[in-house]
Amino acid sequence: MDADLRTDGDDEIELKGSPIVAALKAGGIEYVLSVPDIVTSRGLLRPIARDPAFKLIRVCKEDECIGIASGLFYCDKRALTLIQHTGFLDSINAIRGVAVEYAQPICMMIGLLQHDPRTTPRNSPRYGVRIVEPILDAMGIPHHLINEEPDITKIRPAIDDAYTNSHPVAFLVGRRPSMS
Amino acid sequence: MMKRDECFRVLKRHVTDEVVVATYSSAVDWLALGERTLNYFSIGAMGLDSSHALGLALGRPDKRIICLQGDGSLLMNLGSLVTIAAAAPKNLVHLVVQNRTYEANGGHPIPNTRTDFAAMARSAGYAHAHEFSELANFEQQAAHVLKQEGPVLATLHVEPSGPLTYDYPKLYDAARRAAIKAELEKM
Repeated sequence: MDADLRTDGDDEIELKGSPIVAALKAGGIEYVLSVPDIVTSRGLLRPIARDPAFKLIRVCKEDECIGIASGLFYCDKRALTLIQHTGFLDSINAIRGVAVEYAQPICMMIGLLQHDPRTTPRNSPRYGVRIVEPILDAMGIPHHLINEEPDITKIRPAIDDAYTNSHPVAFLVGRRPSMS
Repeated sequence: MMKRDECFRVLKRHVTDEVVVATYSSAVDWLALGERTLNYFSIGAMGLDSSHALGLALGRPDKRIICLQGDGSLLMNLGSLVTIAAAAPKNLVHLVVQNRTYEANGGHPIPNTRTDFAAMARSAGYAHAHEFSELANFEQQAAHVLKQEGPVLATLHVEPSGPLTYDYPKLYDAARRAAIKAELEKM
């Protein structure tokens, strides 16, 4: 089936949103900077928007997140940039200049729009998704696929490592997290 | 019409423990007035100065944040006006230096030299917006603008300056970034 035509009901594996949100809290994330992404909209952004533990900053364009997160880092505040992979692609220069060349802990959670979660991102039916991991590799940015429940355990240590060792990190969300 | 370095000399008289965010030509002219630890030079991705400033303003609501942004830079990040207005940091003063050119990139004109940034800020929802074309007027109003509850935007209409030397390694210096972070942790 074409990835465009898949619905949540076609996906036999459930990726719950609440443990991801809990992992972000455990990782000390206080600010969430976001342009809405349909992959993470229902299971992550909506609960985050309702959760008083987070300060949600809605931005107009994804590269703003990189500058805001940088400013917050100088104030010892942890931030998550929650965007779609198209926004990641649009923000490459900001990520290059601020996150990579300045070696700053810019933490990104990136929804893989129109990805078929039964395949790996490198084998995605979508060109835009297929190029995400090679670009992250070329930029030297560690990345983690969040596709199934066990993947969620990667989130907290990766955030802590990014802040401890001052480098960016990307979490690639391969399927739509549920609201549970 | 004013000159950017003249405006910054006026500004310098009022700056004490504020964080000053600056980029490219503004950073060069501001640094020429003297080193200070609380200078935050957001070189590396043009247009993000206003976003860096928002992050600092949110992270340190007890500190005044002054952003010195060129008109070409703000044009690359116009959405930040809306984001800043929505976040509404009371401690953010956004000074837009309008010389109508991409000065650091050869002095070519911006797409529309008549762009009204103060009007944009006002309609985006900034608490206050001002414009200055005469140095005497800016001198008289600067203290008031810097103390207003933000977000505040003021456009400074200036002439393009003469050739500047862009010492990017100095502006990029990692030690400079470490120093401001350490200073903010102490304050």
